[in-house]
Amino acid sequence: MPVSWLISILLTLAVIGYFAGQARAMRSAGGDPRNLHSRPGYYGAHVALAGLLPALGLLVVWLILQPLVLDHARAATGNLIGTIAILGLMLLGCGLAYHRTRRDFRARNVIEAGVMALLIGAASIAILITIGIVLSLVFNTVEFFHLYPAGDFFFGTTWSPSFGGGSQLAVLPLLWGTFYISIIALGVAVPIGLFAAIYLSEYAGVRVRSVAKPMLEVLAGIPTIVYGLFALLTVGPLLARVFGDGGLGWMQAGMSVMTAGLVMGVMLIPFVSSLSDDILNAVPQALRDGSYGLGATRSETIRQVVLPAALPGIAGAILLAASRAIGETMIVVLGAGAAARLSLNPFDAMTTVTAKIVSQLTGDADFASPEALVAFALGMTLFVITLALNIVALVIVRKYREQYE
Amino acid sequence: MTDTHDGSVARPSLIQPDTRTRRRNAAEARFRACGLAAVVIGLICLAGLLGAIVMNGAGAFQQTFIHLSVHLDPAKLDKKGNRDIEDIKKVSTFGYAPLVQAALLQAVQDHGIDTPLTRAKDVKHLISASAPAQVRDYVVANPDQIGTTVTFRVLASSRVDGYIKGRVTREDVARDKNISVEQLDLADALVDAGVIAKTFNTGFILGADASESRPEQAGIGVAMLGSFFMMLVVLGLSLPISVAASIYLEEFAPRNRLTDLIEVNISNLAAVPSIVYGILGLAVFIQFAHLPQSAPLVGGLVLTLMTLPTIIIATRASLKSVPPSIRDAALGVGASRMQSVLHHVLPLAMPGILTGTIIGLAQALGETAPLLLIGMMGYVATNYPGGLASGFFDPNSAMPAQIYEWAKRADPAYYERAWGGIIILMVFLLAMNIIAIILRRRFEQRW
Repeated sequence: MPVSWLISILLTLAVIGYFAGQARAMRSAGGDPRNLHSRPGYYGAHVALAGLLPALGLLVVWLILQPLVLDHARAATGNLIGTIAILGLMLLGCGLAYHRTRRDFRARNVIEAGVMALLIGAASIAILITIGIVLSLVFNTVEFFHLYPAGDFFFGTTWSPSFGGGSQLAVLPLLWGTFYISIIALGVAVPIGLFAAIYLSEYAGVRVRSVAKPMLEVLAGIPTIVYGLFALLTVGPLLARVFGDGGLGWMQAGMSVMTAGLVMGVMLIPFVSSLSDDILNAVPQALRDGSYGLGATRSETIRQVVLPAALPGIAGAILLAASRAIGETMIVVLGAGAAARLSLNPFDAMTTVTAKIVSQLTGDADFASPEALVAFALGMTLFVITLALNIVALVIVRKYREQYE
Repeated sequence: MTDTHDGSVARPSLIQPDTRTRRRNAAEARFRACGLAAVVIGLICLAGLLGAIVMNGAGAFQQTFIHLSVHLDPAKLDKKGNRDIEDIKKVSTFGYAPLVQAALLQAVQDHGIDTPLTRAKDVKHLISASAPAQVRDYVVANPDQIGTTVTFRVLASSRVDGYIKGRVTREDVARDKNISVEQLDLADALVDAGVIAKTFNTGFILGADASESRPEQAGIGVAMLGSFFMMLVVLGLSLPISVAASIYLEEFAPRNRLTDLIEVNISNLAAVPSIVYGILGLAVFIQFAHLPQSAPLVGGLVLTLMTLPTIIIATRASLKSVPPSIRDAALGVGASRMQSVLHHVLPLAMPGILTGTIIGLAQALGETAPLLLIGMMGYVATNYPGGLASGFFDPNSAMPAQIYEWAKRADPAYYERAWGGIIILMVFLLAMNIIAIILRRRFEQRW
């Protein structure tokens, strides 16, 4: 029996159970709902959910476990037993609940306890996701280190995967590319974002602010694939014309650290500016007033009073932006190139951790080879780095917020 | 007296600033100009980005078509002459190509165009490779039309299309084996004769992706459906889960270790790079649970995990903004805590929750990186899903993944498609954000 049929049968049974439970409760109260402990709907819902929830739970477990436990040949028997078990559980649950339905039964409390359990379950999904991320990274990373020595991975200097064997998979060139691009991106985004935030929060009038701030935030809402295409097809050729063979001759092709870094910087401007804006606004007005009272100009107040007071928060914002830059994928996949090299020239093509995760895991998905598994080790590296940056940034920002509250 | 001037020292005037004041004022002006410059640079970047999108992408919405009167020659299409549909189907698209080319040559002659190209082979490159298939589909559907002359609107090849749009120039043609200068001259003449014309390109918006050699035929319609099914999954899962999680954390959670752990988790998950979610999806949904690759269901699940933290954070802010007096009043008239939340707080918070959800969905719609890992890259989305189940389970692409796919193809004609796809994607995002803003303006209460 297809799953959709099973689910519709369960739902029908639940609806029948709802009305049966309600009717039984009303009968036991002599037709007057005031004699009931809870409102009649709760009795109905109790009967319906008492069957439905366990049955659906079993259905999900069955659907996940059956392909893992049973082989394909015995799937039909498995399906039959599963269907019977699920329907049986449904009827059993409904029957028990129906039996318990009486005028002094506290149906509302039971329902609310159930709803509460659902709420807690939903909240714990956040933990489950983290556990899922960590487990899927750890298992595959450990498997990778069985096939490839960890020392070579962390301290080697060559990245040249070949699916035929004899690959050299060192993370250093990728980390170098990642950090180089991130530094250029932050070099663009931090001054522009910070000055924009200062101007908007300290100088701009209401009208300028109400236009410019949302416009800047549009930049944050643009998907990264758009920035990637912008890097590949607009910024890259533009840079190549100035710094390439026809111009200064420093650049081989459109794809380079500079291309990706500049575009990523643009992407990060609104991120830095809106975070800094919040932080500048959190600096108490009394500090500014004190400074003005001593005769300082606005810029002196900002530089010598507001910024030092906001510095920890801004540092946190920059760290968050850095973590975003390190984890960014589409811009570097399209804009930075594919060659892993350790070079200082910002007009060389380089590659990053994220770009290599994409290139190692797409195409032929043979998860047993070190060339594919290395992506999980790279993912682990990325996850650890961004997690550390995030935690430090969040701690700084939170501490800073408490300072003035 | 307070007058301590002795007249011998020249006091600086209040109206005439001294050097130090001038310096400080200049510094002030410089600082302010820096701030203004930063804002202006930001806005210029935005304008440049949007300008590049519109300028490069607008061409994708126009397409060059050739109007041809094709004589459906019975001698070629139905050799036995008995109009048996099975016999007609045996003629492959290769059998139709000469008819189309002959029709074009006929059009050239009818309009009295003088050209050195007189053989069918010479005009082949003007017509899209999809044209014979189009004619064949028509014949298979209407076998009774064999022997008559039918007017078709077939696609011009991507080079001719690019030439008409100004993307391909005569200088480029010199080292292009797919088109020659004579063919471009002929195309110009046919434009004057009205045989070749540029019209609005519905095929791009509604159509399916095409193979690498036929950029003129590629459309984003199928990928759009893929994105649509993904968004259904995201909406159906992330809205209830995040509302439930937020209600618990905001209204019921005791202050203890577990709550702290959940909160720290959520704020960290919001900052985990999206590619890591792709790895999670690959390992859990495809490696472990053996769900089909490239399926919108899997894409939707991955994007759900990714958007959950965003929506939870928005929902909590929205629940927090409902004043405690509402809860107190509900409790005061005998409601349980659960009732006070579900019957009173939640409906009041709903506009904020929906706004946050739409913004989360918009984020998910534009996200590409995790989709690449679960097999949405390299898949040529040529088939429309046949129904609901097939929409969720059959391999498909998604709008951003389709754009990436086009950006990677070698033919520059695909770049135009990629920019055009971005315009469509941005229109969707814009619409979603406008809906979110309207919701917020109309329904959000200020307490």
